[in-house]
Amino acid sequence: MLKQIEGSRAVAEAVALCRPEVICAYPISPQTHIVEALGEFVKDGTLAPCEFINVESEFAAMSVAIGSSAAGARTYTATASQGLLFMAEAVYNASGLGLPIVMTVANRAIGAPINIWNDHSDALSQRDSGWLQIFAETNQEALDLHIQAFRLAEELSLPIMVCMDGFILTHAYERVDMPTQAQVDAYLPKYEPRQVLDPAEPVSIGAMVGPEAFMEVRYLAHAKQMEALKLIPGYAAEFREVFGRDSGGLTHTYKADDAETMVVAMGSLLGTIKDVIDEMRAAGHKIGVLGITLFRPFPIAQVREALHGAQRVVVLEKSLAVGLGGILATNVRMALSALPIDVYTVVAGIGGRPITMRSLHALFREAERDDIDPVTFLDLNHDVVDKQLARERSTRRSGPAAEAILRDIGVVAAKVAQEVR
Amino acid sequence: MDKPFAITLDPGSSLANKTGSWRTFRPVYVDRLPPCNAACPAGENIQGWLYHAESGDYEQAWRALTENNPLPAIMGRVCYHPCQGACNRQFVDSAVGINAVERFLGDEAIRHGWAFEKPGKSSGKRVLVVGAGPSGLSAAYHLARQGHAVEIHEAGPMAGGMMRFGIPKYRLPRDVIDAEVRRIVDLGVTLKLDTKVANIAEAMQAGRFDAAFLAVGAHIGKRAFIPAADATRIVDAVSVLRSMEGEEKPMLGRRVVVYGGGNTAIDVARTAKRLGAEEAIIVYRRTREKAPAHDSEIEEALQEGVMVKWLSTIKQAAEGEITIEKMALDDKGFPQPTGEFENLAADSVVLALGQDVDLGLLEGVPGLEVKDGVVQVGPNMMTGHAGIFAGGDMVPSERTVTVAVGHGKKAARHIDAWLAGASYAPPPKHEVATFDKLNPWYYSEAPLQVRPVLDIIRRQSTFEEVVQGLDENNALFEARRCLSCGNCFECDNCYGVCPDNAVIKLGPGKRFRFNYDYCKGCGICVTECPCGAIRMVPEEN
Amino acid sequence: MSFQPVKFYQTGTFTVGNRLLPPEERSVQAQTKRFNSINSGHRACQGCGEALGARYAVDAAMEAANGQLICANATGCLEVFSTPYPETSWQVPWIHSLFGNTAAVATGIAAALKVKQLKGERRDIRVVAQGGDGGTTDIGFGCLSGMFERNDDVLYICYDNGGYMNTGIQRSSATPPAARTATTLAVGDEPGNLFGQGKFVPAIAMAHEIPYVATATVADLRDLEAKVRRAMAIRGARYLHILVPCPLGWGTASHETIRIARLAKETGIFPVFEAEHGELKSVLAIRRPLPVEDYLKPQKRYAHLFAPKARLEVIARLQQLADRNIRRYGLLEGN
Repeated sequence: MLKQIEGSRAVAEAVALCRPEVICAYPISPQTHIVEALGEFVKDGTLAPCEFINVESEFAAMSVAIGSSAAGARTYTATASQGLLFMAEAVYNASGLGLPIVMTVANRAIGAPINIWNDHSDALSQRDSGWLQIFAETNQEALDLHIQAFRLAEELSLPIMVCMDGFILTHAYERVDMPTQAQVDAYLPKYEPRQVLDPAEPVSIGAMVGPEAFMEVRYLAHAKQMEALKLIPGYAAEFREVFGRDSGGLTHTYKADDAETMVVAMGSLLGTIKDVIDEMRAAGHKIGVLGITLFRPFPIAQVREALHGAQRVVVLEKSLAVGLGGILATNVRMALSALPIDVYTVVAGIGGRPITMRSLHALFREAERDDIDPVTFLDLNHDVVDKQLARERSTRRSGPAAEAILRDIGVVAAKVAQEVR
Repeated sequence: MDKPFAITLDPGSSLANKTGSWRTFRPVYVDRLPPCNAACPAGENIQGWLYHAESGDYEQAWRALTENNPLPAIMGRVCYHPCQGACNRQFVDSAVGINAVERFLGDEAIRHGWAFEKPGKSSGKRVLVVGAGPSGLSAAYHLARQGHAVEIHEAGPMAGGMMRFGIPKYRLPRDVIDAEVRRIVDLGVTLKLDTKVANIAEAMQAGRFDAAFLAVGAHIGKRAFIPAADATRIVDAVSVLRSMEGEEKPMLGRRVVVYGGGNTAIDVARTAKRLGAEEAIIVYRRTREKAPAHDSEIEEALQEGVMVKWLSTIKQAAEGEITIEKMALDDKGFPQPTGEFENLAADSVVLALGQDVDLGLLEGVPGLEVKDGVVQVGPNMMTGHAGIFAGGDMVPSERTVTVAVGHGKKAARHIDAWLAGASYAPPPKHEVATFDKLNPWYYSEAPLQVRPVLDIIRRQSTFEEVVQGLDENNALFEARRCLSCGNCFECDNCYGVCPDNAVIKLGPGKRFRFNYDYCKGCGICVTECPCGAIRMVPEEN
Repeated sequence: MSFQPVKFYQTGTFTVGNRLLPPEERSVQAQTKRFNSINSGHRACQGCGEALGARYAVDAAMEAANGQLICANATGCLEVFSTPYPETSWQVPWIHSLFGNTAAVATGIAAALKVKQLKGERRDIRVVAQGGDGGTTDIGFGCLSGMFERNDDVLYICYDNGGYMNTGIQRSSATPPAARTATTLAVGDEPGNLFGQGKFVPAIAMAHEIPYVATATVADLRDLEAKVRRAMAIRGARYLHILVPCPLGWGTASHETIRIARLAKETGIFPVFEAEHGELKSVLAIRRPLPVEDYLKPQKRYAHLFAPKARLEVIARLQQLADRNIRRYGLLEGN
């Protein structure tokens, strides 16, 4: 059924169609609308039986999810940014215990300085947590991916983060095709846990494992993740059969056939990039796009296959590995190891900085000329940073950088930044 | 389930880890000797029979009791219960009323007509027991149970010895004696009354006895020289008490003076009261604290109106009056005359100065040694003459019914061994379970159950039994006051308090076993055992 | 004469079992076939109070739940000594997640079970969460408070041994004043833990007005079992705080574990009580009142109070704390 609804609501409805049994919620922007809607469904009886638990922190949210999942219930939660970091210990624990929790991460920057807007720093900070991570490009894909996520997580007995860009997707009203309950039921089998807390078979879950077996346990976690690479294409194909549309998968290319320049990105940014590519293709540029849907496990073979014919690769990412450059770019480089291809890291849109088509046009053209730095910060205000650097060189007690920069930029911007959480 | 490797483990799999290897000390179950048992002259396993009484199995309790002592109804009345003096419960509140429970069991046995089990097989040996007092009856009982043919020759017209002729019936009703004697006779013991053994050697030969146990008692009252007018009636206590058993009650008059400070003096004074004496005055040369009589008996006598002149001696007796001299204790605590005199009205003076044994039957028996008026015996109760054993009042020891009963049992064991050409070696005694071995925390608060006492008016005029028995309710209560010192009573503490589940419960009556595979030797079971029935011992290696 | 009907059982209910008691009045621990929820072979120190307390409590909960029980366990001694790969001592379904999240994990289990029961997929299964004092009063306190506040259907059991014993005896917020730990050494002007710090979580639990809060010690098994039974008869958030002496951390002989716990209760140092919906309902009265010295002296963690010189003023302050407990909870009433 086609609907014009907010992305969060679309995800909430899709999650509800997956018949979760326990949902834990702790408010943090920009995921709040998702759990608000689910809370409504549980309270009004639309989603039943289901326990909706208002927990006291994200740490508790993930912990409740751990308990619930270990007891055999299909379990869902959502978070973002600081919340994801606050639950980090439990995030690792959930994957270590092999509990197929599905969690939406409404991607948002991490402070300080505190910032509620979109980038991928939060999800990518947990890239080694043992969770599967998939990134939605559109609201349609976001809701579709949640349905696939339950299937994948429960089959592998691994938790999964469905990442969608905060505000850009979560708060955007778009037309979506909402599946029917029958379709979801046909696609998503009943959860059969691989292990469960059960008085009939009273196993101990969460043993202390020493050097004699820890390596093996971690290897098995890795091996299990790698299995997702094999399963996902099948699940995507099956999804197409049941729902009649393409969604999910490992990676997607766009106008990549003869591309000399390939742009790589994740999430909603891909839409903007495609529009720019369309215009550049029309102008005769040989440029294409690789969109990465599955970030963990990282589809090395597919990325290499998609990019190996290009002369250069521009990785446009909403994250920054401070002191190195890019996170996604580093992963892409690994996929291209030993190939004579230049890989440019472009850090863009962090903390919600708009990525405009104009800037992308300029960037891609510079890239085609190999006229950009290996690590480029898109639309960085050099005047501001130079001024601050100069201030710090001249004054020992130079004060907090963020506030100083806000003063330099102006009052209006400062007011925006004060809206917290 | 297909469990994730290493993270998820099978239930209870830690059994593979034998933590017993950590141990440097190991707990072991022990049976320590309860202080009551250690103190009992009759060698009763008091804790053992109380254990059965605690669960309300009185017959089993009685059977356990009579393993050692065939006279519980008597003993429950006249024993001076050294067990209670030793009882560890006195350090908690007050000693367990063992004697009261013993009497309850004895009376239950009489009421229900419980009989002793007959011996399985006969040894073919014949044993002569001389005297049907407590010692003789006890020996006869044990010997009969060992399968020997036993004949008791009693000089008197009734069985019981000093129990009958020395203890007033308000303390020991005669039907109780009769019942307990009859039960021994029913076991197959031949009791010949009015059969005085004049010469033991002849008697043994005549009856073709293989061994003899002599227990003739001390029936001859000691006399003291008191200058007296002819008219003064001076009698001895034993005669007075003995004549109480006949048709003719003794004539003591309105004012009776009893000379002596032992239990017999008390008995006579109280008897005199009951016979109608207006005054019964005990004259004793030392203090109440020094008097050999048991304090409870002195107390009961005083309650009944018996008067006592402590620190006094009788200097002379005249018609209707005696003169006493006040004494004072010297530095060493001995009474010394003060030269201060007092006259007391007295119709009769009863001497209660101790008793002697008639050893006439021993004349001409080679090897016998008599010293201080008693027969010398070895540790096996045998006299200097092989095959002749002796016990009770006629051998050197404290003269109580309980000691006599103990002698009977001990002698029987040695006679039994001697008859088989062997010697009896008592098993080594366990370490005594002293109070410091216990953990008294675990015992519930419980006051001593007091036996009811006859009204004072009736005590002064009748020979009804003064101290009544416990009823079932409070006898059970009293039995359960036992701390079971040194002997497991299956409270499950060791089983419960082990942090390593290393105690195996074997089921009711079977106690527990340590599982040394897992016992780490922490010792909590030892500390928390209420009754001190576990000990830590070092591991050998 | 004094008359007491025969309802006197030699040891009453002070001992674990009592052959004279009717079977239905005997403790769970006295049963020949008790659950042994935590089995032999665990690696707890000799005389471990926590191993004992855990078996007491979980066995009682198993009994109350007819064996339909799931346990969540915080990181700590209990977890470490019971489940080192490849062996577990637990014979109940059991999960260890983290140090600070046990109450929340239990909440999740309870939520799952509720839904599964509604769906008819599983029977009524009860949930117990357990942790040491560090995992409860410190790092797990947020999750605990959340579980209380939501009145989740979980019995949370804290085994309080007054410190982080697993990591080497460091101070927790349950470490009593003056006690020596590795982070409150017996040095300086105020040796040992400071006065006026720490928190008594049972009182904080009461402030949440949850249906049931109780304290217990390993020295009073029947009381402990009765409280578990009572707690298991109630739905919603319940809290049981059990004092479990630690021979290693407290510097006591391994055989003294129960005796020390008893002294804690008898001196008033540790009040044993139960409360419903925030109101005190009953106390386990002190049976034989004792001065705090009797409790302090056998413990090396208080050795600096007695040597090289006696710190009488510190002992007096501890006595004041005990007296305050006695007054506040009425621990001498009913004697």
